[in-house]
Amino acid sequence: MQVQLQVNGKAVTIDAAPHTLLVQALRDNLKLTGTHVGCDTAQCGACTVLMDGKAVKSCNMLLAQAAGTDIETIEGLATDDGTMHPMQAAFKECHGLQCGFCTTGMVMSALDLCKRQPNAGEHEVREALEGNLCRCTGYQNIVKSVLQGAAAMKA
Amino acid sequence: MGASDFANLPHIGESLRRKEDYRFLTGGGQYTDDIVLANMAFAYFVRSPHAHAKIRSVDKTAALAAPGVIGILDGQDVADAKINGLPCGWLINSSNGEPMKEPPHPILAFEKVRYVGDHVAMVVAETYEQARNAAELVEVDYEPLPAIVDVRDAQAEGAPVVHDIAPDNSCYKWSIGDKAEVDKAFIGAAHVTKLDLVNNRLAPNPLEPRAAIGHYNRAGDDYTLYVSNQNPHVERLLLTAFVMGLPEHKVRVIAPDVGGGFGAKIYLYAEDVCLTWASKKLNRAIKWNCDRSEAFLCDAHGRDHVSHAELAMDKDGKFLAFRVHTDANLGAYLSTFSTAVPTILYATLLAGQYKTPQVYVEVDSWFTNTAPVDAYRGAGRPEATYLLERIVSRAAWELGLSQDEIRRRNFITEFPYQTPVALQYDTGDFNACLDQANDLADVAGLDQRKAESKAKGLLRGVGYSSYIEACGLAPSNVAGALGARAGLFECGEVRVHPTGSVTVFTGSHSHGQGHETTFAQVVAARLGLDPEQVAIVHGDTGRVPFGMGTYGSRSISVGGAAIMRALDKIEAKAKKIAAHLMEASDADIDFVGGEFKVKGTDKMVTFGQVALTAYVPHNYPLDVLEPGLNETAFYDPTNFTFPAGTYICEVEIDPATGVVRVDRFTAVDDFGVIINPMIVEGQVHGGLVQGIGQALMEHCVYDRETGQLITGSFMDYTMPRADDFPNFTIGHVCTPCTTNPLGTKGCGEAGAIGSPPAVINAVLDALAPLGVKDLDMPASPNRVWTAIQQAKA
Repeated sequence: MQVQLQVNGKAVTIDAAPHTLLVQALRDNLKLTGTHVGCDTAQCGACTVLMDGKAVKSCNMLLAQAAGTDIETIEGLATDDGTMHPMQAAFKECHGLQCGFCTTGMVMSALDLCKRQPNAGEHEVREALEGNLCRCTGYQNIVKSVLQGAAAMKA
Repeated sequence: MGASDFANLPHIGESLRRKEDYRFLTGGGQYTDDIVLANMAFAYFVRSPHAHAKIRSVDKTAALAAPGVIGILDGQDVADAKINGLPCGWLINSSNGEPMKEPPHPILAFEKVRYVGDHVAMVVAETYEQARNAAELVEVDYEPLPAIVDVRDAQAEGAPVVHDIAPDNSCYKWSIGDKAEVDKAFIGAAHVTKLDLVNNRLAPNPLEPRAAIGHYNRAGDDYTLYVSNQNPHVERLLLTAFVMGLPEHKVRVIAPDVGGGFGAKIYLYAEDVCLTWASKKLNRAIKWNCDRSEAFLCDAHGRDHVSHAELAMDKDGKFLAFRVHTDANLGAYLSTFSTAVPTILYATLLAGQYKTPQVYVEVDSWFTNTAPVDAYRGAGRPEATYLLERIVSRAAWELGLSQDEIRRRNFITEFPYQTPVALQYDTGDFNACLDQANDLADVAGLDQRKAESKAKGLLRGVGYSSYIEACGLAPSNVAGALGARAGLFECGEVRVHPTGSVTVFTGSHSHGQGHETTFAQVVAARLGLDPEQVAIVHGDTGRVPFGMGTYGSRSISVGGAAIMRALDKIEAKAKKIAAHLMEASDADIDFVGGEFKVKGTDKMVTFGQVALTAYVPHNYPLDVLEPGLNETAFYDPTNFTFPAGTYICEVEIDPATGVVRVDRFTAVDDFGVIINPMIVEGQVHGGLVQGIGQALMEHCVYDRETGQLITGSFMDYTMPRADDFPNFTIGHVCTPCTTNPLGTKGCGEAGAIGSPPAVINAVLDALAPLGVKDLDMPASPNRVWTAIQQAKA
């Protein structure tokens, strides 16, 4: 089965079995290993990517469902010279990551949140991150990062 | 260099942003599953669906014929290849002198399976999917047997027997302390508080599931094992010397970026050995990725104690003696450090922060048909803290004292302090932690907040916990005398490059802790460099000389101390080179801020000049000094370190639903000298969420009849999420550790150790007006609501 889609701004054609998951296509076919798999029940959110600007759990959908869409992964956020996106920079500045495994999904979820609720406060951020598990940070600095990143994106 | 000099150096105490973050934030991290080797095959494990069963036969015929299958290995193949079972790293002797029972722990089950998820066979195929599909075709004929999952059932008359060599399911019956003296103190006591409790079983759940790649190279007859692991040298030592009988120089273990550990990735697991072994047998690189569902079944779990405790006091609430009996669940097999957790790492902490003159602890450990239980964040110390801090608060309530007053009356105030259970605390200031916690938690405003809650129909309570833990594992001679089968030192190599930049090779391993930053700060501070000029290498037995790895909050206090020792050697040699360059005596050279100066003169050379001279030794004392500037040191600690603190939790409970909301949480810790406060606070936050998670939501549940794991996924096991918590208030007290050159004590586990009793004490305080006196973790809405109904009845 051939599937055409945009990934990080580039048109790609992926040849894969019909039951291939989007996350498998990203990781195995495109070698975009920044998107992670942390569970098998669509609970942890480590595989979160943006599809047409909305956060989706890429372990929980087929590649085929992504045909014709515009997918953005963590690898697509920094500028060509390597400068981090303001949300990535905020995570570094606020120590919003430790082992890094959930981080890429957290950042993608945060970007989705910023689009939907640009004026979200701490409470809203905590609720919006309900679909992303982190076992290291205790969430406090992730919440701080998202608030700071959102402010930086508006600036 | 002493700790106080060290603490005043530049970069020490600076919240430097982390050097590792760029790669993690841009998708550039390289975890084991991200590694792709040429011609790589994939493994899938056939696991037991039964908690306890005889294996009558394993028929691989159909599976071997399935598409893509390269090979299938089972317990008979392991026996034929004479691969040893997995070793236990700590020998505990029973009080009667008998050594613990050590049943074989085969890497693939032989004749019998002993827990749901036990490894039966490994299927290797060209793709992951083919391996998984073929695994379903492996026909295993089981004869199911009755199973036990609970320590209370394991010791019952006529209970099913997990291992023939332990017909009563007992691994050991161990004790510490002076029973006769304790019993005597109880006779004269004015008041005795008693408590029965369960410390709930937990699944560690690092977000990156375990993964490994075994790779055999025929040309060199050597192996490389990539594995998500906290201590690659320990992994190699156990794999080579204990299990496979391979020479160490033929095996390289690489633990690349590791997505969290929390203890679960300390151990040598069956999968790691199977992959290494099969990579030669099948002559393929073989990758295995653990599903989350598999991780629940077969990663080592934590906690699972059932305890009874009694605290004897005089009429003023002064502690006279403490006695404890604990039954600990070890699971079906002995994992690497399992036997030390409920003994050495638990019972020795039961003096806590108090000058209780006599403490006696009995620990009986049992085999059950459950996954092996081993160290999970805190390992023994959370169990000790939970027991002690629960009974101390209960004693306060029984005596009509406040929770802080009873602690104050019993705090140790003079150091060093020898406890009645083997440890000697070097330093601490327990009152300072308690005072600061009271201030930060605004305990003075509690009554008003209680009234506000009451007006809303809600209950509010406050809970205290004053913990102490033993970190910086461990003086090897002491550990050896207590049964450790390995040393517990650390190794560091400092390689100064000709242009003055530095690469450090450490045996510690970072899986989120930020060593690449903190360790660089240490080195930069000592050598007068910018942290950017220092690179930290870890996680590779092919590059790092040796190491015992990261667990027990040991990295900075033991690994950092090894680097300090290597830096001492670097400094000593560099001074000789500088003295030669300036035609002075070594004794007259001062090294400050990256500059070597001759005392009382304005002569100076920089660290960079000395480094270059070491590698371009044209003007150099070659007759007395080797060229180069590269030093290695091993550091073996002389004592444990003792982080301590007071945590105060405030909860609000809706009696109609039983929902507990943590409204405020204050943690004041004494970690000694802090190198990077930002990283340390992050460690505390993470530990708190795991500890509060244990107190309110996490619980690994096996069905008591069938032995099936009921909480086998993130759908069933409640993981803490962002919206479960308020922002935490963090404070610090600093009494520098006196037994290591940095003055550090370690910070990785404190949050998980100190918080569970603070939460449950707060819940019980809130529920006290309703008559609820006891509650086991997790204080889920159902349990709280049920307790309220029972109290009403």
